Amino acid sequence: MSKRTIIPFGPQHPVLPEPLHLDLVVEDEIVVEAVPSIGFIHRGLEKLVEKKDFNEFVYVAERICGICSCIHGMTYCQGVEEIMNLQVPGRAKYLRTIWGEFSRIHSHLLWLGLAADAFGFESLFMHSWRIREKILDIIEETTGGRVIFGTSKVGGVRRDVTNERLKEISVLLKTYAGEIKEVTDIFLNDNSVKHRLCGVGVLSKDDALMLGAVGPMLRASGVAQDMRKLGYAAYNDIPVEPIIDQSGDCYGRCVVRIKEVFQAIDIIQRAVDKIPDGPIDMKVTGFPNGEFFARTEQPRGEVIYYIRGNGTKHLQRMRVRTPTFANLPAILKVIPGCSVADIPILLLTIDPCISCTER
Amino acid sequence: MIESQPTEIVTLDRLKDAVRIKWAAHARLVQIGCTKTAEDQYEINYSFDENLKFSNLRIVVNPATDRVPSISDIYWNAFFYENEVHDLFGITIEGMAIDFKGNFYRMAVKHPFAAPAGQKKS
Amino acid sequence: MSLFAFTKTVLGSMVSKPATRMYPFEVREAFPGTRGSIAIEIEKCIYCTLCARKCPTSAIVVNKAARSWEIDRLRCISCRACVEACPKDCLSQLTSYSPAVAIKGGKDFFHHPAPKVAAAPGAAPAQG
Repeated sequence: MSKRTIIPFGPQHPVLPEPLHLDLVVEDEIVVEAVPSIGFIHRGLEKLVEKKDFNEFVYVAERICGICSCIHGMTYCQGVEEIMNLQVPGRAKYLRTIWGEFSRIHSHLLWLGLAADAFGFESLFMHSWRIREKILDIIEETTGGRVIFGTSKVGGVRRDVTNERLKEISVLLKTYAGEIKEVTDIFLNDNSVKHRLCGVGVLSKDDALMLGAVGPMLRASGVAQDMRKLGYAAYNDIPVEPIIDQSGDCYGRCVVRIKEVFQAIDIIQRAVDKIPDGPIDMKVTGFPNGEFFARTEQPRGEVIYYIRGNGTKHLQRMRVRTPTFANLPAILKVIPGCSVADIPILLLTIDPCISCTER
Repeated sequence: MIESQPTEIVTLDRLKDAVRIKWAAHARLVQIGCTKTAEDQYEINYSFDENLKFSNLRIVVNPATDRVPSISDIYWNAFFYENEVHDLFGITIEGMAIDFKGNFYRMAVKHPFAAPAGQKKS
Repeated sequence: MSLFAFTKTVLGSMVSKPATRMYPFEVREAFPGTRGSIAIEIEKCIYCTLCARKCPTSAIVVNKAARSWEIDRLRCISCRACVEACPKDCLSQLTSYSPAVAIKGGKDFFHHPAPKVAAAPGAAPAQG
């Protein structure tokens, strides 16, 4: 038996912009165990509900994470609206859907770039981000912010987009889809990419489910679970079929994300065709009193907001469970048996967002 | 209403049996979250998802007297949530798969969520 | 095929223009709806403190007695809450971001002293 050594991984590591620490127990080149340690940047945002009133807290919710910002705010609002029994106008629901899908495209393109960066394909990383920039331009034009959309509010959305502009964006997306396909085809076909991703970190279907994995991680293992099936926002009118892959390895997760980009473009185009006219927000009176677990599908997976109001302007408790928090235990079970060189890319395939995780 | 969310209140000694029933039904552990409802009264919610059907198990504990059994021998990933509940609320949880012993989050204040609301102003 | 998957993109990049800009010489035009820094027309301000109360980060401090309005640019998150709350429409949001600062806590201070009695038409307003 070879000697066991402990190699520290992180908290500062070239593939991770955020601090996550792993103690890797290795035998030769093979990792036999990984012990995580997080909590380097715990901010205690959940405690802030005691100081900010429930309307103001939307701004905090949107800033929990930079990439899924829009859906964080939207989930929070949906939770409060559910407690207060508000019927949000249809146009607001559609706009939320459109922006939510835009954030999915931009998040997945960001991830594709980071993944390319992690396996050393720098020019692919630049091309992914070049296209992401065009998506960000649309986002900035319609919402006013590049990554922090700032469009959510309890009872609707804060900005409207004209129908003409939405139609133009829908056409624009069609040309972007061609450009995105050019780049994603490299991910799907290139030998060097396949060499780094195929067969690395296989997570079986049963394990994925029972270890509580969510989002692309769960779907890449063949479990068709997508919170958009719940029919929040406009997903009632725009049915979404979860994209699954049976392989369960890093390549499978990459394939799922790529297909989701095109699915998101398709959803935006269908939403633009169906968007109703009317008001974009409604007057909110009174204070939330009750509890609700709001669940939505973020680019990284299912996010859950537990909101509990006690009839005052401050919420009693707000808890967020972000997708990375749920995916970390699953990745820890996958790591044993992998070689040390595969750890960065393996860790990256859950699309880790530590600032989400630590709130 | 987006979805119905039934909550079943269980006692501490029945918790593990109830969780085992969920495990047998192939439910996914969605989250474990704690809420302080009153002084010396904390609710812990165990949320499960069974093919998009959401359900909750809830226990009510008093951190001074109760010791919560860990469910990480059933759902291994529960140790993440349990360490979090222990660190933020100071609730004793016994038998976690990996026990960080209060070092899961690095915080200046011990058990910040157990403090009364608005006590510490910055 | 799979060996040359990247060839088309490579050849395309050789003949196309760069995707980036020569930044300091060529500045990107902002969109009309971009949420940039907050500007105030201090003459119209009635010091109602509504913006300060609506501000989620407490970046705005209004002093009614001293007739002053100040904003901490580093605290401001450009959320537009103050612009939406302003009853006199004297707050507006620029499309450009506020310039970088060297000192933390640097505040932009606006002060508009008014004469105690309403100035007669034509009378020069007091300078502060």
